[in-house]
Amino acid sequence: MGVRVQSAPFDMGAEVQAFTKAATGAGAIVTFSGVVRDEGGTLASMEIEHYPGMTEKALEAIRQDAMARWSLTDALVIHRFGPLKPGEQIMMVATASRHRADAFQAAEFLMDYLKSRAPFWKKERGADGASWVAAKDADEDALKRW
Amino acid sequence: MIDVLYFAWLRERIGAPKEAVESQAATVADLVEELKSHSEAHALAFSDMTSVRVAVDQELTDMSAPIKGAREVAFFPPMTGG
Repeated sequence: MGVRVQSAPFDMGAEVQAFTKAATGAGAIVTFSGVVRDEGGTLASMEIEHYPGMTEKALEAIRQDAMARWSLTDALVIHRFGPLKPGEQIMMVATASRHRADAFQAAEFLMDYLKSRAPFWKKERGADGASWVAAKDADEDALKRW
Repeated sequence: MIDVLYFAWLRERIGAPKEAVESQAATVADLVEELKSHSEAHALAFSDMTSVRVAVDQELTDMSAPIKGAREVAFFPPMTGG
């Protein structure tokens, strides 16, 4: 099902339904979605910047890597950009495989890689102004297990 | 001419998302040295290279990468997707 980079919201239910319908031969579907935290009510909004052109290429390369490493029948990545409010969905991944282990592992791999290898940057706006979210060492370390 | 792109706080510090530069640089590191001489804002943006990442023609790489023939070099902080 490929990768999609968009500012518009997506309907997780409809996406999963379409993904499942198209996943011929699969016995397991794993889905994950990332949501903007409200940080105890201190976050007003989050702005996601990206690198048009490179973003799509990087996500597709990560997706292809997952398809090569695990026995997947399909994988989908949707990632949004632009201004988002607390509670809004930022992104989702879906993986399909014959048995669940491959789908679970591939979904975690996709998440780990798109956190620090896809060109997105988050800026949080709150009462105290705006600040760029710093990358965490733990996110970089997470790549070492694959 | 090479298109140099900036994202996130690098874009804010430089004050522009993109500039076309005439460069003789052989590598990304050489290009950074040239850019630092363009303005104080450039010098400040590139003062701590441990927090700067680079892509040449939309492929992630490192500061030692050659840029001969490259059309686009992008500088940005560590990515925070997901």
